[in-house]
Amino acid sequence: MQNVLTSIQNTYTKFGMALMALMLSVTVAFGQHEDAHAEGGHEFKPGDMIMHHISDGHQIHIIGQIYIPLPVILIHDGHVDMFSSSNFWDGFDAHGELKFKPYTASSGTTYENHHEMIHIVDSNAHVDHAHEAVAHADTLHTDSTHVAAAHAAAPVAEAAHDEHGGHGDHAKPMDFSITKNVFGMFVVLILMIIIFKSIANSYKKREGQAPKGMQNLFEPFILFVRNEVAIPSIGKKKADKYVPFLLTVFFFIWMSNMLGLIPFLGGFNITGTMSITLVLAALVFIITTVSGNGHYWGHIFWPPGVPLPIKFILVPIEFVSVFQKPMVLMVRLTANITAGHIIILAFVSLVLLFGQNSAVAGYSVGVGSVLFMVFMFFIELLVAFLQAYVFTLLAALYFGDATQEHHHDDEHH
Amino acid sequence: MEGLLSVSVGTVFWASVSFIIVLLLLKKMAWGPIVASLKEREEGIANALNEAERARAEMVKLQAGNEDLLRQARDERDQILKDAKLVAEKIRSEASAKTQAETDRMITAARAEIENQKKAAIAELKNSVATLSIDIAEKLVREKLTDAEKQKALNQSMAADISAN
Repeated sequence: MQNVLTSIQNTYTKFGMALMALMLSVTVAFGQHEDAHAEGGHEFKPGDMIMHHISDGHQIHIIGQIYIPLPVILIHDGHVDMFSSSNFWDGFDAHGELKFKPYTASSGTTYENHHEMIHIVDSNAHVDHAHEAVAHADTLHTDSTHVAAAHAAAPVAEAAHDEHGGHGDHAKPMDFSITKNVFGMFVVLILMIIIFKSIANSYKKREGQAPKGMQNLFEPFILFVRNEVAIPSIGKKKADKYVPFLLTVFFFIWMSNMLGLIPFLGGFNITGTMSITLVLAALVFIITTVSGNGHYWGHIFWPPGVPLPIKFILVPIEFVSVFQKPMVLMVRLTANITAGHIIILAFVSLVLLFGQNSAVAGYSVGVGSVLFMVFMFFIELLVAFLQAYVFTLLAALYFGDATQEHHHDDEHH
Repeated sequence: MEGLLSVSVGTVFWASVSFIIVLLLLKKMAWGPIVASLKEREEGIANALNEAERARAEMVKLQAGNEDLLRQARDERDQILKDAKLVAEKIRSEASAKTQAETDRMITAARAEIENQKKAAIAELKNSVATLSIDIAEKLVREKLTDAEKQKALNQSMAADISAN
């Protein structure tokens, strides 16, 4: 929890995201609750549960004790280690939580999965004693005092991490694992190839005829992206060049968002993963930059029709906006999708929290929670589409900006 | 993985590689053909609409032409009928005039004939009256010459003869 909180705070300041303030307040609230009950043995920790669901992981958690292992691919000191993430598994503790143990790969390096972050365990490193204490406590466990001890030990371990974060004796390998969200992304991309290949085939097979079936289902959206997003933003002549990218992005985001809403399917949070939205935003940035014409760059580095002193103010602003635009795309998508997941999970947590005190409280809160969750799910269905639309539309507008011809040059000169 | 908003090199790597591969694959296999056939269909529909518009204009023009033709035909027919009527009238009037003339001629001829016949009859009558008168006179003269009685009887028979004639 502490770890997650610090990382959120770090990244919060890093990206200056106003929207994340909401998220943070939610986690802080749950964090306090957790502290208040820390001495009461195994408590339901909403913060942990929510974070577990929305952050990436090395295995897919279906329900209860059903986990699907995923491949772990690590590069360290020039050698590649590939093994199943189930090698880290060490059974379940008394509360049904998955436990982890270190694993020595074929290269001889020992790794451990610490909060879904893979570290190298150095046999003669003293910093790991705290970790081993955690592992030890988890192995012996069973009575609440040990578990409490383990929890008490955890911050110490993290402190040790922070201290030695950059040092070779506790290095992190390059992690190229197929994580939960990478796997989910692959699923979406493969689905997209299957669906759109078959649609393309039916266009060829039923040439000149009315669309049917899947083709009929997707055609309005394809037309929507082309006719309502690409062409008005970019212009009829140039739009065709960008339509394939816009369509791919639109359907990738939408299908990923929808996959993330399906319960018990691993709780994918593909478009809520910064690393993935970063790639999408970077592609938008690269395409905008590459297709930017003289007119576009002219407006940035020498804004026409502005007095010279103003140019000195305007140029840095315009220059920053070049990078800031895709950054905003990235943050907006991640924050929206993650926030949606957090709200739904918070309602689930509410039921479990009240249920801990008494079953009656749990059930009565459950009624309200379920109603709110149903409402939220509908909102999320809308948001899933909306965010895909917004991302695609803004990308199209940026492309349109970059390729715009000299429209109002006459007014300026 | 570490936190929610941290960026993992591995995920970025997989995301870039897989997304770009799928983007290129879809561009080649799906979006190309799909957008091409959508465009084709749009153009087909636009063409069909234009075609229909043109056909309708053609139809209107054709209809106007038909109307013209019909009117022309009707006029022609009227003209023909009028001419025919005129001709018929002429023929009829000519025929009736001829008949009248013929009739008149025939009547005149008949009248002349009758006149002639009458004249001939009168002449003949005159002749026979003269002859009779001469006969009677002769007989009378002869009877008178012989007997008064006989003359009387002769007169009577003569008178009877005349009345018998």
